[in-house]
Amino acid sequence: MIKVEEKLFQNRYRVDAGRPHIQIVVPDVCQLKCKTKPCTYCCPAACYTQEGDGRVTLITDGCLECGTCRIICTDHRNVQWEYPRGGYGILFKFG
Amino acid sequence: MAEKFDAIVVGAGPSGNSAAYVLARAGLAVLQIERGEYPGSKNVQGAILYSHALERIIPDFREDAPLERHIIEQRAWMLDDDSYVGSIYRSNAFNRPPHNRYTIIRAQFDRWFSRKVQEAGALTICETTVTDLHMDGSRVVGVQTDRAGGSVYADVVILADGVNSLLARKAGFHGELQPRDVALAAKEIHFLPESAIENRFNVQGGQGVVIEMAGKITRGMVGTGFLYTNRESITIGIGCLLSDFQESGISPYALLEQMKMHPAIHPLIEGSEMKEYSAHLIPEGGYNAIPAVYGDGWLMVGDASMFVNGIHREGSNLAMTSGQLAAETVIELAKEGRPMTANNLARYRKKLDDSFVIKDLKKYRRMPDILEHNHQFFTDYPEFLNRAAHTMVTVDGVDKKSKEREIRSGLVTRRSRLGLLGDAFKLWRAFE
Repeated sequence: MIKVEEKLFQNRYRVDAGRPHIQIVVPDVCQLKCKTKPCTYCCPAACYTQEGDGRVTLITDGCLECGTCRIICTDHRNVQWEYPRGGYGILFKFG
Repeated sequence: MAEKFDAIVVGAGPSGNSAAYVLARAGLAVLQIERGEYPGSKNVQGAILYSHALERIIPDFREDAPLERHIIEQRAWMLDDDSYVGSIYRSNAFNRPPHNRYTIIRAQFDRWFSRKVQEAGALTICETTVTDLHMDGSRVVGVQTDRAGGSVYADVVILADGVNSLLARKAGFHGELQPRDVALAAKEIHFLPESAIENRFNVQGGQGVVIEMAGKITRGMVGTGFLYTNRESITIGIGCLLSDFQESGISPYALLEQMKMHPAIHPLIEGSEMKEYSAHLIPEGGYNAIPAVYGDGWLMVGDASMFVNGIHREGSNLAMTSGQLAAETVIELAKEGRPMTANNLARYRKKLDDSFVIKDLKKYRRMPDILEHNHQFFTDYPEFLNRAAHTMVTVDGVDKKSKEREIRSGLVTRRSRLGLLGDAFKLWRAFE
């Protein structure tokens, strides 16, 4: 098992506390309607976690702002995706 | 901040910086808006800088641009689990200035480019996200930012906001990106002493090596890996079609981790210190996926317009040239006193069509479709080549004719004669 947290630990972020730039629109859709939950394995920062009861939880703190989850939610379009407010989010040192 | 500019450029990557620089140098009032803390802080690339596109914009860029190594050697590897077969092209001609390509670190390079843009007279504001376009009917007249009272207006808005291209999508200029039209790449930067890099890659004095890789490392997905040498660091990454990730259930970081453990790759990065992990979408839909790139009061450049040549791993040069051509279109119209209507801005598309940007994308227009539906180019063939090499190179008392027979029959079993013929035809069509 690869710990992506160890990778993200090297990165620099300015987290916009309490104002996540990505939100799940209707949580029930993830839990009840989405069978494959591609966000839980495609997100390169593992922001999406599948819980035991099938719920999907999203924590955007480690987000790399790539847009994968926005595009990959093809069946349900259940991701509300904006860029963080100016100056917040990932701050690449090297890019 | 209800000011009016000649042009607003959204984004400070290679396409936005090129557009803003050319516009400002021509004396236009340019506002450039960047959401990062500084230009480059949101931008991710491999990264190789191809000199030609930047030379046309800033001919003397080598004097102070932060460049890592000039590339003298290109390796292409086809990997199996334990091995690779490959080709190498190395030439001393690449040591003679002006150098054709360099490795760069984008956070540093974009910052440098932005300084040039500001010296040319553009106003660049950072830490500001553009949230919407202001429309007057079907015409773009300005942008809404997330700053208090943050509306700004201009005759033309140049959208250089990257692969996700949220502004044009919100405005309905084009539809949603499909998972098959983008590659998801994950990358790390690993630091090593300069001398270790020079020893491991057989280079000296600012010379560099790039390695492009295909085969088992993508676990059947359409994609490639790469390893680039910087001055005191190595960037290593792997990217595959997002639709393949979606189907395979493989996580990008797991794929990258596995690639780093390959016996041919691991010794190159051993003992290094990983200092950043990043991921990025690369627009690889090709010619047929290019959206409308202009309209009333707006132009779109770079990744937002799908200007990436996936086969040749080129993108930033297409971005810079598209930014330059967009700016030149605006400058011409301004001089002629013509309004920035879709009809007039169509000149930008014409300029693109006449440039390598569209010519190259058009040449490979069939490639994305062929690769997407023919995974054998990423599975069967690399494996076959490696096993054939292994058979021929292993000396074990079996006569060479028998070895050749074994290799041939292995190929036919794998793909069938008809399949082989079909694959050859598809590749010919794709490269035609």
